Amino acid sequence: MTAAEGVGPDRPDQTLSQRASGFVRRYGIAVPFLITFVILSIISPPFLRQQNLTNILDQQAGIIIVACAGTLVLIAGGIDLSIGAIYGLAGAIALNMASTFGTPAGVVAGLAVGLAVGLVNGVVVTRFRINPLIGTLAMSFVVAGIAAIVTKGNLVVAFDHPDFQQFAATRIAGITSAAWMMIVTAIAATILLSRTTFGRYVYATGGNAQAARLGGVRVNGIRVATFALSGMAAGLAGTLDASRVLSAQATSGGQFLTFTVLTGIIVGGTSILGGEGSMQRTVVGCLFVALVANGFNLLGVDPFYQQVTLGVILLLAVGLDAWSRRAESSG
Amino acid sequence: MAMNDSVLLDVRGLGKSFGATRALDDVSVQVAAGSVHAFVGENGAGKSTLGKIVAGVFPPDQGDLVLRGAPVAFRSPREALMQGIAIVAQEVALVPRLTVAQNVFLGAEPRRAGFIDRRAMAKRFARLAADAGFDLDGRAIVGGLSIAEQQQVEILRSLAREAELIVLDEPTASLSAREIDRLHEIVRSLRASGRTVILVSHFLGEVLDLADTVTVLRDGRLIRTGPASAETEASLVSAMLGRPAARAYPIKRLAPADSPVALSVRGLSAPGVEDVSLEVRAGEIVGLAGLIGAGRSELARAIYGAAPTSAGEVTFRSTALGSTPAASLQAGVALIPESRKDDGLFLGRPIRENVSLSSLAEMTRFGFVRRGQERGRVVGALRQASGTTLLEAPAGALSGGNQQKLLFARSLLVKPGVLIADEPTRGVDVGSKQDLYELLVRLAADGMAVLLISNEMEEILGLAHRILVMRQGRLVAELASEAMTEAAILEAAFGAAPASAA
Repeated sequence: MTAAEGVGPDRPDQTLSQRASGFVRRYGIAVPFLITFVILSIISPPFLRQQNLTNILDQQAGIIIVACAGTLVLIAGGIDLSIGAIYGLAGAIALNMASTFGTPAGVVAGLAVGLAVGLVNGVVVTRFRINPLIGTLAMSFVVAGIAAIVTKGNLVVAFDHPDFQQFAATRIAGITSAAWMMIVTAIAATILLSRTTFGRYVYATGGNAQAARLGGVRVNGIRVATFALSGMAAGLAGTLDASRVLSAQATSGGQFLTFTVLTGIIVGGTSILGGEGSMQRTVVGCLFVALVANGFNLLGVDPFYQQVTLGVILLLAVGLDAWSRRAESSG
Repeated sequence: MAMNDSVLLDVRGLGKSFGATRALDDVSVQVAAGSVHAFVGENGAGKSTLGKIVAGVFPPDQGDLVLRGAPVAFRSPREALMQGIAIVAQEVALVPRLTVAQNVFLGAEPRRAGFIDRRAMAKRFARLAADAGFDLDGRAIVGGLSIAEQQQVEILRSLAREAELIVLDEPTASLSAREIDRLHEIVRSLRASGRTVILVSHFLGEVLDLADTVTVLRDGRLIRTGPASAETEASLVSAMLGRPAARAYPIKRLAPADSPVALSVRGLSAPGVEDVSLEVRAGEIVGLAGLIGAGRSELARAIYGAAPTSAGEVTFRSTALGSTPAASLQAGVALIPESRKDDGLFLGRPIRENVSLSSLAEMTRFGFVRRGQERGRVVGALRQASGTTLLEAPAGALSGGNQQKLLFARSLLVKPGVLIADEPTRGVDVGSKQDLYELLVRLAADGMAVLLISNEMEEILGLAHRILVMRQGRLVAELASEAMTEAAILEAAFGAAPASAA
């Protein structure tokens, strides 16, 4: 039995278990991240090479960009399972457009596809009141189907338009343009969440939607906006990865992206129940997942073990979230 | 004091801190077997904490619990239950999808060959309910029961575990008048069957009515323990406050007769509301009375744009209001909702964010929140509402009174012309109630139009300049000056009087 809030005494100071759970939420992810980092540095000499580290950053660019927007969706009380499908469709369309009309058209098309699907997601969840888990899962099938139709199930390539590669792979100060876009997105998303009215409304919407609405927040508008941003981010990620390898397979890799992004966000301590979370921790969470994957590669472990490990990590993170919610509400 | 051999529970020098807050300090109380023992005090006085330590919800930092002469230390409510101590918290902790009987025997089901023995369970339930005198259907699904019935299920569950001492923590805070009477009967019958009850309550009338012994706490310290027959409401209040009780309601300051109409409602219909017309003038406090379910909260929500309306018009200073809460706030109509937890607060977020939410737009530049300005205005509004100004503490850590002040502060920041306050003092301690009464009167004196909804008849009579009574979604009476009596309100609310046009 938990104490009824607002009936007990004022207790701005917290109990030990509340502090522990607060600590887990705030810094929980930094500890395993650092431990993994140190272990990998010791047991695998290639790990600390600049080449390997910048590669990690480059490869994580798309994932972290999507995860930043996904964090907004989760904090606002939603979840977006269609990001993988959007990523696939946007990559294919961006590549097609870029090879026909040039790089700018490709980029705009990739973003526009993501934004459009994101807006549809938002309307599905708000206007039609469909549970976001099911709504975006259904949308992911619709979008993946469209992608298969558009590409006729083929690998789309643009090896004859190498200029499109510059969008993702231009090196500036030692790291790729994709990594720079990730850094800018992460900073912008952090500021958006922690310093703006929009960020406040996102927390309010996910924390207590009814109270937010009565408090004057346009809850549905906020939800639609988070889905739109998430879709657009997935579109950008798809475009970046298509640009990097000058090819896109609309039907592959989508589920893996969805899973990796959600693992990164949740491992970072953002609650799947909404109302709590932070951008910085999402970034660290995604990097932690990337380190684990990188470690498996460097150590030459079978990738199937990697999949099992990531699944277990996600379960642990969700379990910890549930535990810390209980600890915070008691006492 | 009780005779030594009849002492069931002896609390010796109990201390408990939450961080830097000293919730209990050297409290010693003896609870006599077979008695009803009340803990009273303002919110924050430590009465709930004391009840929870007794029931094993928290461990004490200092001191001992001695049960039937033997020292005990509980690590969980479960351990306390095994020693015969149960707690019924204000928030019921039942499984909504299971039946009453399944909940009562949850974790201790009668079994046969590893399967739950349904017949034995039904039989045991029937006996238990009959012994307790409860009229509960064991097969009913708990989720469909009222709060009062769910409490009965919890009480039955503790009886099924053969609890000797039952701690009731604010049991009547969310019950209707009839349900409260029923609960009082239950407490009396528990005592008659030889059980001991610790009653943690805000309601002094209830305490004096039921308890044999009263313990008064203030700021975590024991003030006194004595027989209830030696106390009066006034003596308890002055012990709780540490000073004589002030007069309960501030003097009414009626709005001038020519003050303009601020809120005007014409022919409003909405779910639970039928064809309601009313006016509230600037500076006026209008009380909205009626039975629970008469449609008062529904009316408040319809006016505020939080519920869809099917007919009618709401105007504020002769301008039609939009149909969303956001539009109402912008126009200058604010609502303090009935349930602060469900409809008002973000318990995990800091006080600062909770207060500024509705007026963030005025504290921003290019969409960025100006923290300095935000802090300044929030502190100003909290001071005005005499609330705590610990800006960064989570709202969930506050007492009911301070949470309610937080919602007032949020509304004040919007600088509304109309304030609709739905049950603003529910679950609020005596001191905070007084603060809120004074605040409402001050706001009206400064020209705000206030529509006050309350189940406490006294509160409506004490504050309102004019009273509207609702019954079954309609306004059935309007009472002013000498016509404002408890009898008149009740007659109209129950439909005993001819319905007059309001």
